[in-house]
Amino acid sequence: MPQQTPSQTVGPFFAIALTPEDYGFQPIAGCELTAGDTPGERMRIEGRVLDGRGEPVADALLDLWQADCAGRYPRVPGGGGRAFTGFGRCATDAAGKFRFLTVKPGRVEASQAPHAVLAVFARGLPGHLFTRIYFSDEPGNATDPVLSGVDAARRETLIAQRRDTPDGAVYRFDIRLQGGAETVFFDA
Amino acid sequence: MSAGREAAKKIGPRDWSGHPPYLYLPYRSTEFRAPSKPLVPLARAISELTAPVFGESSVGALDNDLTRNAVKNGAALGERITVSGRILEESGRPVRGALVEIWQANAAGRYVHVNDRHDAPLDPNFHGAGRCLTGANGEYRFTTIRPGAYPWKNHANAWRPAHIHFSLFGNAFAARLVTQMYFPGDPLHDLDPVLHCVRSAAARQRLVARFSMEKTQPERALGFEFDIVLRGPQATPLES
Repeated sequence: MPQQTPSQTVGPFFAIALTPEDYGFQPIAGCELTAGDTPGERMRIEGRVLDGRGEPVADALLDLWQADCAGRYPRVPGGGGRAFTGFGRCATDAAGKFRFLTVKPGRVEASQAPHAVLAVFARGLPGHLFTRIYFSDEPGNATDPVLSGVDAARRETLIAQRRDTPDGAVYRFDIRLQGGAETVFFDA
Repeated sequence: MSAGREAAKKIGPRDWSGHPPYLYLPYRSTEFRAPSKPLVPLARAISELTAPVFGESSVGALDNDLTRNAVKNGAALGERITVSGRILEESGRPVRGALVEIWQANAAGRYVHVNDRHDAPLDPNFHGAGRCLTGANGEYRFTTIRPGAYPWKNHANAWRPAHIHFSLFGNAFAARLVTQMYFPGDPLHDLDPVLHCVRSAAARQRLVARFSMEKTQPERALGFEFDIVLRGPQATPLES
């Protein structure tokens, strides 16, 4: 049986292929997942990626995968238009900041609280990291099977904190790669 | 039973005997970026077993030809090559319609990137990025320029061996893979901490392409073959 190809770091120079807008090329996906007519509550997810010293990670790449507002994973091909595909991609800036403009996902199964899935890539990460983004205003968090399986002291690292602004809901989600407040990463 | 639940039974775990650990100090950038706590096991659930889909609308006509997709006023400089192969799951089943994205330095060892300060020339006719979708048998093919080696700051007189970066989507988000392909016979392999993040020599060998006379186009381009194996079902499930 063939064996898995090992992972290697994304390195610092992926932009020309993976986030090429600044170089004048069309990306396969960007940080804005919504089109004008995408149903659901609009929200912004924003935060920073930080290393073990608390320094910003200025060259990280985030892949976001989420259901639509009805809890369905879209089967819409990416790259061709403005339809909601459930997939977004964002590189961090010099301050380690990222943001996604999207809609709140619905429950993908009755037992699960709404969440998005995130893969984190960077120079210095020989393999990517999987995490999940939950939302602070969701009562279902208390009974979500994945959150419940995480050590209570670390659970908060998976929950994006909501604040309401004139521009709509903003969820804050910082990703700490290493150290005391380290984000929970999954062997998904 | 939903497709997601069905898939949940089928995908195998990450093969940690082949994948690199997060902390590997000879690659200095891992020191403050590697998680210090163990990964938390996650029963494979629908969110990680579904994946974005891509189609013909996702790729353009020249996206798989890096010798032509950025031409401004002449031919891209360097040794023209093809890189082709198949994307497979562990069972040997081909991954059809998979998105393959690649990027690389030019023949002089320079990336098109604002932060690449290597004193080597840019090529105005080469930007070093491509994408394609796999065919019915998981096959993909790129035409490109053989990338150059380049220096980096990891340690004194550090050089990265020539390589091409690959990014892949399989049938599950959990099968996501980013990796690098190396060229056979390169003396820099043994000196490269990035390649050596992969601790098993046999697994490192899976990152080295094969030269193929069969894939070599007469008068035009040397051929290299590189197959990629993604996580997937480990055994054929019984039909019920």
